[in-house]
Amino acid sequence: MKSNIESIMENYNITFQFSKKIKTILAVFIVIGVASLAYGIFAYSPTKVWSALLLNSVNFLTIGLGATFFVAVHIITQSGWHVSVQRIPEAISMSLPFGAIFMIIMLFGLNNVFHWIHEVHHDPLIMKKEAYLNVPFFITRLFIYLAVWILFTYVLRNLSKKSDLNDGLKYYNKSRTYAALFIVFFAITIVTFAWDWLMSIEAHWFSTLFGWYVLAGVIVKSFAVIIIIVAILRKLGYLEFITKENIHDLARYLFSFAIFWMYLWFSQFMLIWYANLPEETLYFIKRVDNYGFLFYLNLILNFLIPFLVLIVRKFRRILWIVTSIALVVFAGQWLDHYLMIFPGTMLDVQKIGIFDIGLTIGFIGILLWTVLQSLTKAKLLPKNHPYLQESFHYENL
Amino acid sequence: MKLISGYFNKEASLLEAVKSLRANNIKIKDVFSPYPVHGLDQAMGLRRSWLPRAAFIGGAFGAISGFLFQAWVFTRAYPIKIGGKPFLATPSFIPVTFEFAVLFAAFSIVFAYLLKSNLGVGANNKIYDERATDDRFVVVLDTSNVDEQEAEKIKSKFEETGAEGIKYEE
Repeated sequence: MKSNIESIMENYNITFQFSKKIKTILAVFIVIGVASLAYGIFAYSPTKVWSALLLNSVNFLTIGLGATFFVAVHIITQSGWHVSVQRIPEAISMSLPFGAIFMIIMLFGLNNVFHWIHEVHHDPLIMKKEAYLNVPFFITRLFIYLAVWILFTYVLRNLSKKSDLNDGLKYYNKSRTYAALFIVFFAITIVTFAWDWLMSIEAHWFSTLFGWYVLAGVIVKSFAVIIIIVAILRKLGYLEFITKENIHDLARYLFSFAIFWMYLWFSQFMLIWYANLPEETLYFIKRVDNYGFLFYLNLILNFLIPFLVLIVRKFRRILWIVTSIALVVFAGQWLDHYLMIFPGTMLDVQKIGIFDIGLTIGFIGILLWTVLQSLTKAKLLPKNHPYLQESFHYENL
Repeated sequence: MKLISGYFNKEASLLEAVKSLRANNIKIKDVFSPYPVHGLDQAMGLRRSWLPRAAFIGGAFGAISGFLFQAWVFTRAYPIKIGGKPFLATPSFIPVTFEFAVLFAAFSIVFAYLLKSNLGVGANNKIYDERATDDRFVVVLDTSNVDEQEAEKIKSKFEETGAEGIKYEE
């Protein structure tokens, strides 16, 4: 078995081939998205359309961002297990510029989503927040986040691509500095990003945990997407070198961060529920009373199902089970964003309909297109990575 | 019970001895080592540990009993209105339930481990070699039901793989 893996690694020069058939399927996805958007513009209020766009843009952007986080974390911890799948988060992170474009488009709809924009001059509570919460600074912040995130993503990706051509160790050591800088910047900006784009929808409400709670969601979502892409590539006949141990580790990430997400969600919920301050409780009252089913479904999808299934060691090693759980978590994180945005922006109770789902399918089509396109640009195995051997020769207890 | 034990100074020769004994269909009673040896579990053909299952059962029991206990206290035994909350205030029970789960899971692992390994208070295990806790590896075989020829074979296997010494015990 050992010699088999070694021969695969020595001869592995394959890059992904983006076939016509897959392109057609993804084009259909995108057409569905565009059609839903057109339908939504005619059928619904601009606020609803912009809210749906905000949901999908944030979802799209944070998937790419979480993938860069994955790459950076594994560089600064010098871990080796992930090397066989490393090119997949790298490819996902290449979707970040598209996410940035969607966020910039969102700037045209700020008035429809953020009520503080209208009230910043006469609402006494929001006036106190004006030093932070004003439109010019809001837009400047967005551009700073996007520029730095994309810069680091490209630097890390290019260093990894260069290592294919010659000395892997040299470029690996270089990338460690950038990865460390990115982690620090990411940790701060993902929190402020969550304040800006998700918490300020209900500008009277605030929670100190909110940023970390969003961060946990972003991380678990990007792990889920990595697993889904691995499964798609396996289905298409690539990545035959991935071992059961690699799958086990990916599944363990999904498992542990689902628990971490639940921990932060509950910490935020319980403190607000227990203290019972009117201005804080209002946030949850809206969601429990009007969106009761979705509110509890969110917990089932994001915690209960992954927890109960992936707690079994055997299941963590079977790709199709792990992939189905990843799909559940992906849907759950989408729903989580839905519950952050829609009860805040829309006065009347909303139902998830064809428009919301169709638009999301469109965004998924764009995401998969960019990811698969960037997978064609580099070899599927970083064969000069210094920890390449480690990722094939280890065992999970 | 007749026992035969081989003593090794090197990890590599211990692994080799265990493998060659098992390749010859000789049953190993136990192996003593001062520290966990990589690959020894596979070489001995040990099954996966069932301790995680003990932890799960203990944890599930702890979580359920912890929750039910609080529910009983706050609704039946001594109901008090606290902060205008309902008597059965589920969210405020969760942290305690979680701690119960952790505590019981930890206890069940510790006790299951002590029980399985014959350790703990009042344990009276045979010490085959005192240096097995320091720098020596010991392989113990039960030879009660084994004939002369077989015992001779075990001895030769030990010698082949570089055993430092061989001991016979009744």
